[in-house]
Amino acid sequence: MLLGTNLLMAQTAAAGAAQEEAPKVDWTGVAYYVAIFFLICLGIAIVGKILKIYDLTLKMQGKKGIKWNNIMAVICIIFLLAGLYGSYWSFTEQGSMTLPEAASAHGVKIDEMFTVTTVLTMIVFFVTQILLFTFLFRYRHSDKRRAHFLPHNNTIEKVWTIAPAIVLTILVVFGFFTWQKIMNSENLKDDINIDVTGHQFAWELRYPGKDGVLGPKDFRLVTGANNLGVNFKKKSSFDDLKVDTMYLPVNKSIRLNILAQDVIHSVYMPHFRVQLNAVPGLPTFFKFTPTITTAQMRTKLDDPKFEYTLYCNKICGGSHYNMQKVVRVVTEAEYQSWLSRQKPYLNDALRKELHFAAANSEQSGASTNRIALNN
Amino acid sequence: MSTLAVHDHAGTHHDEHGHEHHHDQSFLSKYVFSMDHKMIAKQFLITGITMAVIAMILSILFRIQLAYPDKTFPLLTTLLGRFAPNGRISPDFYLALVTIHGTIMVFFVLTAGLSGTFANLLIPLQVGARDMASPFMNMLSYWFFFLASVIMLSSFFVQKGPASGGWTIYPPLSALPKAMPGSGEGMTLWLISMVLFVASSLMGGINYVSTVLNMRTKGMDLWKMPLTIWALFLTAILGILAFPVLVAGVVLLIFDRSVGTSFYLSDIVLNGVQQPFEGGSPILFQHLFWFLGHPEVYIVIMPAMGISSEIMSVNSRKPIFGYHAMVYSLIGITVLSFIVWGHHMFVTGMNPFLGGVFMITTLIIAVPSAVKTFNWLATLWRGNIRFTPAMLFAIGMVSFFISGGLTGIFLGNAALDINLHDTYFVVAHFHLVMGSAAIFGMLAGVYHWFPKMFGRMMDEKLGYLHFWLTFICAYLVFFPMHFMGLDGVPRRYYAFTEFASMQKWLTINTFVTWAAIIAALTQFGFLYNFFVSIFKGQKATQNPWESNTLEWTTPVEHLHGNWPGEIPTVYRWPYDYSKPGAEEDYIPQTVPYSQTMSSNQPHDFEDNPAGLEELNKFTSTLKANEQVK
Ligand code: HEM
Ligand SMILES: [Cu+2]
Ligand SMILES: [Cu+2]
Repeated sequence: MLLGTNLLMAQTAAAGAAQEEAPKVDWTGVAYYVAIFFLICLGIAIVGKILKIYDLTLKMQGKKGIKWNNIMAVICIIFLLAGLYGSYWSFTEQGSMTLPEAASAHGVKIDEMFTVTTVLTMIVFFVTQILLFTFLFRYRHSDKRRAHFLPHNNTIEKVWTIAPAIVLTILVVFGFFTWQKIMNSENLKDDINIDVTGHQFAWELRYPGKDGVLGPKDFRLVTGANNLGVNFKKKSSFDDLKVDTMYLPVNKSIRLNILAQDVIHSVYMPHFRVQLNAVPGLPTFFKFTPTITTAQMRTKLDDPKFEYTLYCNKICGGSHYNMQKVVRVVTEAEYQSWLSRQKPYLNDALRKELHFAAANSEQSGASTNRIALNN
Repeated sequence: MSTLAVHDHAGTHHDEHGHEHHHDQSFLSKYVFSMDHKMIAKQFLITGITMAVIAMILSILFRIQLAYPDKTFPLLTTLLGRFAPNGRISPDFYLALVTIHGTIMVFFVLTAGLSGTFANLLIPLQVGARDMASPFMNMLSYWFFFLASVIMLSSFFVQKGPASGGWTIYPPLSALPKAMPGSGEGMTLWLISMVLFVASSLMGGINYVSTVLNMRTKGMDLWKMPLTIWALFLTAILGILAFPVLVAGVVLLIFDRSVGTSFYLSDIVLNGVQQPFEGGSPILFQHLFWFLGHPEVYIVIMPAMGISSEIMSVNSRKPIFGYHAMVYSLIGITVLSFIVWGHHMFVTGMNPFLGGVFMITTLIIAVPSAVKTFNWLATLWRGNIRFTPAMLFAIGMVSFFISGGLTGIFLGNAALDINLHDTYFVVAHFHLVMGSAAIFGMLAGVYHWFPKMFGRMMDEKLGYLHFWLTFICAYLVFFPMHFMGLDGVPRRYYAFTEFASMQKWLTINTFVTWAAIIAALTQFGFLYNFFVSIFKGQKATQNPWESNTLEWTTPVEHLHGNWPGEIPTVYRWPYDYSKPGAEEDYIPQTVPYSQTMSSNQPHDFEDNPAGLEELNKFTSTLKANEQVK
């Protein structure tokens, strides 16, 4: 459709063979669509002319001509009915395609608020739209009638100022406390700290080792092998782990320590109702407790391939649309066994690099550079 | 009361001036470097429409990418060259399209195009002035806007393409030329263009405010101004106070980009290379941006609200319900809109307590918005509704404002925003409440005041077709997007092919794209109607809509200075429609109460005891006469 030709795969294969050769434009196809457009315009013009002639003949017969005003009023009612059905359809059809139930403790609270807000706002939505379009039909113009001169009515105006104010106050109060609870969680000893760092265009994950403490980072220490700039002058850094998939034990409090290296990214884990921007120079954190394991969610959704994901939700450049990590929520036992299989961040290459840097000063360009930056 | 003696003076002075010019006005001074507010309004309108068409075409281009992420269209390569290699728009150019689409629509169409057109056209005509306070500055305002438009568009012709960090241009992405191609020259042009744009908007705004405050005709006190004027006036104040902050933000960004300062930058490693920035904060830019950005959305919607209020009153043949409440809610929105900007930043890492505070202020601003909606509904109630195309568009504006405003209540709740921020839910929200509603307000204004601008009528039937197709398609485009957002689908994604969970939305995306294409094609019907009617439309009568406001007392043929003789005096508010006892169903503002004894009400003389006495005398004699009979 739409002037489309072959699939991309075929296209890139062809392009690979003849790099410079531009794909051929199917001009007859283009002409075809342009012709259709003009035919439609012509059709509209003809219908317009016919209506005009019909209108004139009516008038010549001494009648009133086409009553456009009434036609518009009727279309308003048709639109209302179609719109009601359409939104019902959209709510059921597309509404069922939205996220499954929250897979985190605080997410349940958010979903409750969401439901309450939806119910309240949708009542207002349907009532006001129905009133709007029925008024249009009911009070369409008539020569026999005059509009009701009603400049104001202070009582009713007060009512509809105060009523939304009360409803909104209730929503705000609940929202405020929910929000404070989600965001103001303190840093506890038994939180599992996970370091999430965004850069163009990937996420880096670092877990603390046995000590449960993540070693500090400094962007000045970044090198090829130490791409997060972990500070190995600190003991706590030595047992840190570099991991590829984010494994989380179920029902444990997780603390994501979030940072970006180059531009702003955003850690978005919609199934857990978790989002926080990753900002260069501004470390942030988000605490949550996953409550449903990946396996449980798979059965719930009847989708054996289901995965939780973490993806970027702040425009960050050309590949912003593909910056994701798989997240797996597992049982404590599975988590421990997974954890024991993870490699330390301080790998051989890095050991070598650090060792050289510390041991002697006759260095290659790269390391001297790093030392210079260190000072 | 608040009119000064000086006015008449200024008026006559101007009048003479006008006469001098009339005989030998060159083409250049009449159509190009015109200082007549009516001509400047037309210049703003036509430039605005041109920009809108361009931005619309950009949106169709990126919608094609979203609907057919793995098809190739060789035609795109022919049209766009290096930006669409191998028949597909490149990811970087996709972001450029989104960015420039947003920038043009928000600033160039819905700010300059909307306020520029209707403030220029209506303020002098509806308050009874011969021109703007400073016609010269007014002309400069247009030409700065024109220059800004040209520079913005010229960024399509630089090697690496236009700015592409989103219309919000958050640094560091926009500050580091190496972060994406669009952050090179394209971003420089964006920044220059916006500085010029703000200059234009300030010159316009200062003019609007001073004209409304100082140049109203005799009798036109503030509480007799039509709601259009109130809205345009408050919009101008909002712009004057908010836009300079954007310039501050932009200037610091220019420093970071070109001078090596670190206002917004700190601790950056780009492609493995440490950057020498320290101590800045990317969040600072967001504060500065949204300090303008949020008022900006009301700068966009308030003129549309004013226009719709006026048009709905005229065409329901009924006074606007709760005129005072309408004005106070506009004032409330104006004030509150300065203290809610943080709701765009709930999840930026800003202090959560601050987020809580902004949540409270944000939901307060929904109250005046709700009041306006209910008052519009009450205006229609028991009206005698005439469906002109303008009326339909005004109604469409109300419908969109309701649909989009309600989702603001979700987003304004920080807890809910955690999962909704930067998803298609936000896209749906602001395209309905701002995009569609404001465009509809603007189109309503165009249909309604076209006879005033060009002395001819637009074709009504084509207007009907334009309205219904656009109205339906806009809902088809934006309604499903809510659910995509609720599924966690992010905005500003080049394609949803990389996520198994998002592929199910492809059919919806295709559907949305086709609805958008039909809506876009429909606009050509409008363009045809607009341009053909300028030359061939049916000649307009002086007051085609039987409206009360002052602009319809001017002759159809334009003249510099607006009224041939003295500026008319105003005696009453602009909404005396269907007043009981009156002969016609409208009483223009220029008709004194002494001529409408049979329809006067005690309410009309609240602060005029002498008038009230007259009225009492009149009614008692009336009664006496009846008794005699
Ligand atoms: C009922 C009152 C409203 C409330 C409570 C509200 C609330 C919000 C919130 C909280 C956001 C940020 C969402 C996010 O990025 O996560 C937002 C976005 C937005 N709103 Fe509203 N809004 C309201 C009405 C309006 C109106 C009247 C307009 C314009 C005329 C508007 C235009 C926008 C725009 C343009 C954005 C998106 C900006 C961007 O990120 O690109 N909103 N709104
Ligand atoms: Cu990213
Ligand atoms: Cu806002």
